[in-house]
Amino acid sequence: MAAKVVTVTSGKGGVGKTTATANLASALAAENLKVVCIDADIGLRNLDVVLGLENRIVYDLVDVVEGRCRLRQAMIRDKRLPELYLIPAAQTRDKSAVSPSDMVRLCDELRPDYDWVLIDSPAGIERGFRNAIAPADLVIVITNPEVSAVRDADRIIGLIEAEEKGPARLIINRLKPTMVKREEMLSPDDVLELLAVELIGIVPEDENVTLSINRGVPIVLDGKSRAGLAFRNIAARLRGEPVPFLDFNDQGGLLGRLARLIRPGGA
Amino acid sequence: MEEHPKVQIKGIREGLLITLEEESWPEARAALLEHVKNQVDFLRGGRLILDIGNHVLRAADLGQLRDVLSENGLSLWAVLSGSPVTQQNAQTLGLATRITKPTPERSTSSLETALSGEQAVLVRRTLRSGFSLQHRGHVIVIGDVNPGSEIVAGGDVVVWGRLRGMVHAGAQGEEAAVVCALDLSPTQLRIAGQIAVTPKRRGKSQPEMARLIDGQVVAESWNPKGK
Repeated sequence: MAAKVVTVTSGKGGVGKTTATANLASALAAENLKVVCIDADIGLRNLDVVLGLENRIVYDLVDVVEGRCRLRQAMIRDKRLPELYLIPAAQTRDKSAVSPSDMVRLCDELRPDYDWVLIDSPAGIERGFRNAIAPADLVIVITNPEVSAVRDADRIIGLIEAEEKGPARLIINRLKPTMVKREEMLSPDDVLELLAVELIGIVPEDENVTLSINRGVPIVLDGKSRAGLAFRNIAARLRGEPVPFLDFNDQGGLLGRLARLIRPGGA
Repeated sequence: MEEHPKVQIKGIREGLLITLEEESWPEARAALLEHVKNQVDFLRGGRLILDIGNHVLRAADLGQLRDVLSENGLSLWAVLSGSPVTQQNAQTLGLATRITKPTPERSTSSLETALSGEQAVLVRRTLRSGFSLQHRGHVIVIGDVNPGSEIVAGGDVVVWGRLRGMVHAGAQGEEAAVVCALDLSPTQLRIAGQIAVTPKRRGKSQPEMARLIDGQVVAESWNPKGK
């Protein structure tokens, strides 16, 4: 086995890096692949919460790097998916506690025994970002269809190219198809025209994501959620399966269809 | 101590200016590192400005060099180069590419030998947000210029792509400078001392050229059939 190291990053905060990391890791692990996710957001850890593993942390990434524990001791096994592990970030330290070469060494130690290593990058373009992309074989940039997030994604893609970690792949998160239709939101085509990178997935806005984060249960484990389906599709594309993109023009589910039935009736 | 004529060190107000000879980069780099190693006590704690001439260096090369220097107690804060590619790569690493009083002889002398305003750089890539391209002569970009990036040129700017960043042509006061792009929609367009913003576009974009007419920035579309 030789794990592929994938870093999820964005530049701007709050666009869904941690959610995407947790869900892609869960989707891959649900296919019986051995997956480790690493929270590189030292000082602002979140991935443990999203995965619902917060209360099991004993050792963290900084403990491993500083030699207070062995790598395996810091790896928390997921309660639902036996092939999924988390290396949490330290909460009481900051990004300078880890260096890019520490991250490369750590991932090299994981590579022989696992299929995937997913790294959740912190926001920003400083040390934490460099730590997160140093070991990456593939960098996924996540953005929202908003001008500010796309601007930061563009900057991050430039930095990834400068660090010779490109070409990056793109996830567009929290798309609202109805707003795109009314031309109130950037469409995926608008985003791609500017960023000029290969798209790996579009995730629609879904209230269930908020619920899943609060419960600590990744949305991919919810069979009915459209966002969950979108993340499962991205995981499949990562594994090399050609999965067609979701068709959002027919979106809105039952409600949307009902609304369209009612409207021409002159309601 | 052995003499190293390949490496010149000069103390200036902004720090230690190190000028490297024009030879192949691995040799220049080796000469620099040897020099640093030999004079480590003298140089320790210094702020370095490195003039690397026209070598085209990747960001990874520059980053690695910075790391090696910092292991020897030296902080590299600026890289002077005649190559816009190296300048851009240095900027992505957060290094300065100009010092307040740029006195390196090489960069001024090479410009003086050419006719002023006739020099141009060609950049064949997309300028993403945060990139800055500055040149005393003309600038030609084959690729897009995205919002958040900027081009400052002493002469004209030609973009074979979408121009959406900030662009300043004739930055040293040349009022005859023009800006051309296949899709001319810059965040802000400056020619000499005049500033304009792109009006909201109606309909399809088309190639345009902007220039100063009676002190006003005017953009005219390029029409192969004439008006």
